[in-house]
Amino acid sequence: MSATSMIETLSDSDTVPAASLSEQSVWKQEGATPFLRIENVSKKFGEFTAVDNVSLNIYKNELFCLLGGSGSGKSTLLRMLAGFEAPTSGRIIIDGVDMAGIQPWKRPVNMMFQSYALFPHLSVEENVAFGLKREGLGRAEVKQRVNQMLDMVQLGHLGKRKPHQLSGGQRQRVALARSLVKRPKLLLLDEPLGALDKKLREETQFELINIQEELGVTFVVVTHDQEEAMTLATRIGVMNHGVIVQTAEPHDVYEYPNSRFVAEFVGSVNLFEGRVIEEQSDFVRIRSAEADAVLYVNHGISCAPNQKVHMAVRPEKMRISREQPKQQENCVCGVVEEYAYMGGLTVYRVRLASGKEVRVTQPNMSRSSSERFTWKDKVYLYWDFDSSVVLTA
Amino acid sequence: MKRRSLFLNTTASMGFIFLYAPMIALVVYSFNKSKLVTVWGGWSLKWYGELFRNEQIIDAALLSFKIAFISASVAVVLGTMAGFVLSRFTRSRGKMLLSGWISAPLVMPEVITGLSLLLLFVAMESAFGWPAGRGTSTIIIAHVTFCMAYVAVIVQSRLSQMDETLEEAAMDLGAKPSSLFFLVTLPLIMPAIISGWLLSFTLSLDDLVIASFVSGPGNSTLPMVIFSKVRLGVSPEVNALATLMIAVVAIGVTAAMWQMRRQAKMLEKQP
Repeated sequence: MSATSMIETLSDSDTVPAASLSEQSVWKQEGATPFLRIENVSKKFGEFTAVDNVSLNIYKNELFCLLGGSGSGKSTLLRMLAGFEAPTSGRIIIDGVDMAGIQPWKRPVNMMFQSYALFPHLSVEENVAFGLKREGLGRAEVKQRVNQMLDMVQLGHLGKRKPHQLSGGQRQRVALARSLVKRPKLLLLDEPLGALDKKLREETQFELINIQEELGVTFVVVTHDQEEAMTLATRIGVMNHGVIVQTAEPHDVYEYPNSRFVAEFVGSVNLFEGRVIEEQSDFVRIRSAEADAVLYVNHGISCAPNQKVHMAVRPEKMRISREQPKQQENCVCGVVEEYAYMGGLTVYRVRLASGKEVRVTQPNMSRSSSERFTWKDKVYLYWDFDSSVVLTA
Repeated sequence: MKRRSLFLNTTASMGFIFLYAPMIALVVYSFNKSKLVTVWGGWSLKWYGELFRNEQIIDAALLSFKIAFISASVAVVLGTMAGFVLSRFTRSRGKMLLSGWISAPLVMPEVITGLSLLLLFVAMESAFGWPAGRGTSTIIIAHVTFCMAYVAVIVQSRLSQMDETLEEAAMDLGAKPSSLFFLVTLPLIMPAIISGWLLSFTLSLDDLVIASFVSGPGNSTLPMVIFSKVRLGVSPEVNALATLMIAVVAIGVTAAMWQMRRQAKMLEKQP
């Protein structure tokens, strides 16, 4: 059975066609009802606060990514949604129902575990059927739904195998099928692609998005991998020390990080410390000793005169040249200390006079190496007025 | 490289000879035609025939098998419970105490175990009249006490290897904790339980010392009968009996090892 025909059988009448999602960002609409409400949730383990007063609204059909390093509290938050941990304080409301005191086996939520947690003693079919049998469904219906689901993840031919006879990618699909077959309102995925190799990850990423759009299930994904979050998510919540630092669409998280932590955690970034010397509603001028230059941004920020700020510039937003460019601002000078040719692009590490190290990436547009720079080359780095972000936090 | 493998081969064969030469001698002599144990008189199966006509030995063998079967079965239930508690008990002091308690029968000299059980049974009988006298039931109780320790250790090691998220996954898919054990945990530790049962069965079948302490008149197990016969002089009949016992024990232990290897293989392949 093709994946498209699955929609008719799998999605219930109340699910919105997923295609409409990209056109309208639900979370931007006034008065939209969130599907999952996390209200002031905290979780303490003894003295340690794993999740600190987190509030978050997630809407129907979203693919929300919780992104953070280890110990950032993202997994704890996920486990609270699944019901394996009870919040110390705060409320979790799924589809209008307060989840307090509702046991994991009674929640309209399924989880895909990082280790996949497939039952080793059961075959692929039996693994997928496990959840349906607990619902007390008839044998015929269980069989039909299991087959549908296995066909969707393209494992129909491997139903009789045991998990240890499958490859990593196949196991991942079984785990996905098993967590989706009960038609949960909310699917939680804990590092869904963590155990796969790079190539398989990329394929699976897109497959996951397709499945999510077809079935119209709300996904909450936990990951430490920013690339994974970028490609998968409709929105990303960046977590650090149990707090959600920024919630935004992937593009905004990358281009408009709201803090140094987010800027540095998502992608790589060059940060120049400096002081505001002139601020207007439509531009800011910053004097940076580190960069030995005046930095200029063509948007206003809320800051005090002479306030210490950081300017963040992504490595790919910078241009590199041997000749001094015409622009006075946003131009620094340094020496190429190291470079790495990576095929599609070249990464340079440039040391400024102040000792500050700057990372620049350049696409390799032509095949010849004449455009590239080498060790000890004196270069100018410069960027547009709208390419950088000023961070006050 | 060749030198090394030669050394290894020599060591291995010497080890095997050291371990198995006595048993091989026993097996060979069980097929001896001659009535004199140490004089070779050609091949024959006649002592096996004699053996099966000896009612004392047949009765003792049946009793031994019955005891081994019951005590292995009871030990498996109790040992699994103990192993389960051991692996889930997190408070360090309680766990230390419990694992000490469970492994004590493994290291205790059999004579002491036998003696202490005998004293307990006598004291219990005089205190509240049970167990009335010593016989099959006291042997079974005694065998259960030391067999369950082995089962507990095997089951515990299996459980500690088990991915705990499997249970969470089962709950997430709608399994209540009450059915969780039978749906997920029990099938996963089944290989350990089976190998524990087989091991208990052979241990019970082998035991002479403890059984001698706690058995009563007319309740002689097979090892006890063999021992009493040998004291009157080694007969070729006993050789035949011993050969059969070696076969049973070897099958039991091999099956137990095979189970454990199968389980290790299944776990290995898990990510």
